[in-house]
Amino acid sequence: MNLHGKAWKFGDNVDTDQIIPARYLVTSDAAELAEHCLEDTAPEFHKKVSVGDVMVGLKNFGCGSSREHAPIAIKGAGVSAVIAKSFARIFYRNSINLGLPLFETDAAERIAQNDILEINPITGEIKNLTKEETYQAQPLPPFAQEIMAAGGLMKYVAKQKGLRPR
Amino acid sequence: MAMTITEKILAAHAGKKDVRPGELVDCSLDMVMANDITAPISIKEFEKVGATELFDGERVTFVLSHFVPTKDIRSAEQCGIVRQFARKHRMKYFFDEGRGGIEHILLPQEGLALPGDIVLGADSHSCTYGGLGCFSTGVGSTDLAAALITGRTWFKVPESMKFNFYGAARPWVTAKDMILHVIGLIGVDGATYRAMEFTGEAVRALSVDARLTLCNMAIEAGGKSGVVAPDETTLEYIKPRAKRAWKFYESDKDATYHSVHDIDMATLDLQVACPYSPDNVKPLDDVAGVDVDQVFIGSCTNARLEDLRIAASIMRGKKVAPYVRCIVIPATHEVFSQAMKEGLMQVFSDAGCAISEATCGPCLGGHNGVLGPEEVCVSTSNRNFPGRMGHPKAKVYLASPAVAAATAVVGRLARPEDVVGA
Repeated sequence: MNLHGKAWKFGDNVDTDQIIPARYLVTSDAAELAEHCLEDTAPEFHKKVSVGDVMVGLKNFGCGSSREHAPIAIKGAGVSAVIAKSFARIFYRNSINLGLPLFETDAAERIAQNDILEINPITGEIKNLTKEETYQAQPLPPFAQEIMAAGGLMKYVAKQKGLRPR
Repeated sequence: MAMTITEKILAAHAGKKDVRPGELVDCSLDMVMANDITAPISIKEFEKVGATELFDGERVTFVLSHFVPTKDIRSAEQCGIVRQFARKHRMKYFFDEGRGGIEHILLPQEGLALPGDIVLGADSHSCTYGGLGCFSTGVGSTDLAAALITGRTWFKVPESMKFNFYGAARPWVTAKDMILHVIGLIGVDGATYRAMEFTGEAVRALSVDARLTLCNMAIEAGGKSGVVAPDETTLEYIKPRAKRAWKFYESDKDATYHSVHDIDMATLDLQVACPYSPDNVKPLDDVAGVDVDQVFIGSCTNARLEDLRIAASIMRGKKVAPYVRCIVIPATHEVFSQAMKEGLMQVFSDAGCAISEATCGPCLGGHNGVLGPEEVCVSTSNRNFPGRMGHPKAKVYLASPAVAAATAVVGRLARPEDVVGA
């Protein structure tokens, strides 16, 4: 199923301390974390973001700490995908493990705030409906798609180990 | 096939003869670590899938480090989750306040991270342990939860970048200046997905403490890991501490690197990363004289015994400048205790420093020294993005303990020579 939403545009090095400041790391509740997502550096974001919206960054999105609270907050805010020119490694792994789709493409530069985007999560094709352009992002590697299809890493592991999730 | 130290360690743990960069490998893990911020999510996930046993009780370490001694009710609840889990599973390696400290200093100190290991830590600075000659990297809580159950994880074999430091260090120039210089050179994403290998006579001359500082900030260049090949210095350090067997690996002479950077120590002066990015690095002399409100000597980057000795050698008999505050937080309880025995704590106390039990505290804007708007801090920690140490308008300069101590005494960004003479 394609993802469809409005773009929220950010710059280089959106780090995890900005995405969710450390003072909120006393909980892992998605709804609560979402209320503070980017509140120091993009205070409008958590107030106005709608379900399905897409975050668009440039270089090194998600750099900094390993806190999974960052992708949890983004997912909790209803964001359906993140597009960037490049992602920091730990954020990339965390997002796959939690089932937040990421798309890497230099075309992130072409996308502006409020552009309406449609993404095919399997092929990585991104349609910019506002600008009437199409971009091709790197699709997720097959094993990552397998983890996402299982519903995240833990469900994947539970199946492998024959555990019964509660 | 010629391989780097990183490729050799990954191959050995994947049960393969050799591996190539880009290849996905499934590796066994020698140590799995989480802290009070990341472990609660891992524990929740562990229990949610119905897991009941850790893969190996001797290969899991939980450390309460970030918000301890607990800073408020919610952090106490969060630490409580970890404390209960540790009790329930009779965890051998569980470290609470008063016995532990910052995990990245603690694991090497306790002989829980060793040469040749693969260490997986739910904290981005888990790359620190590479200073002992292991492959070590940070992940999130869910990766860690899976590792607690399986004792394994997947990696994409990284390309390696070589940083070769030659010549002798100038006075007061330390590992912190070396790594800040590298980050300034390649940028905060200059090593993304790659291993950073530090070599050369100037690296060989470093103590294990300093090598850990070097590898600690690999993540600040986006690196997956940092590594220093083990040698006699490493052996001397691990011998009295090791809780398990270890293995030394080294890169083959004809191993393939993504890039090789040669750095002449004769030209490397004291370095500072200016607001608001760890790659906004300048020679100290370019920014000397900036007025400061707070100095922080601590964090997993620079709060080992050697760091405190350097800072104390500058502050001995001196006072922290008027209207400036200086916070000193030894990295572990053992470092604290040793620094007491050596009289270093007396030096800091006499100088008018605020001293605390080991914690990550102010480094991540947690507690014990959070900054207000427009405040300027010189910190021996590792990140200075907006809001990292508190208010997003606070300005953080990253520097070595020598520069931090001199700055505390002078009240402005200063060279050690400004305090103790050339």
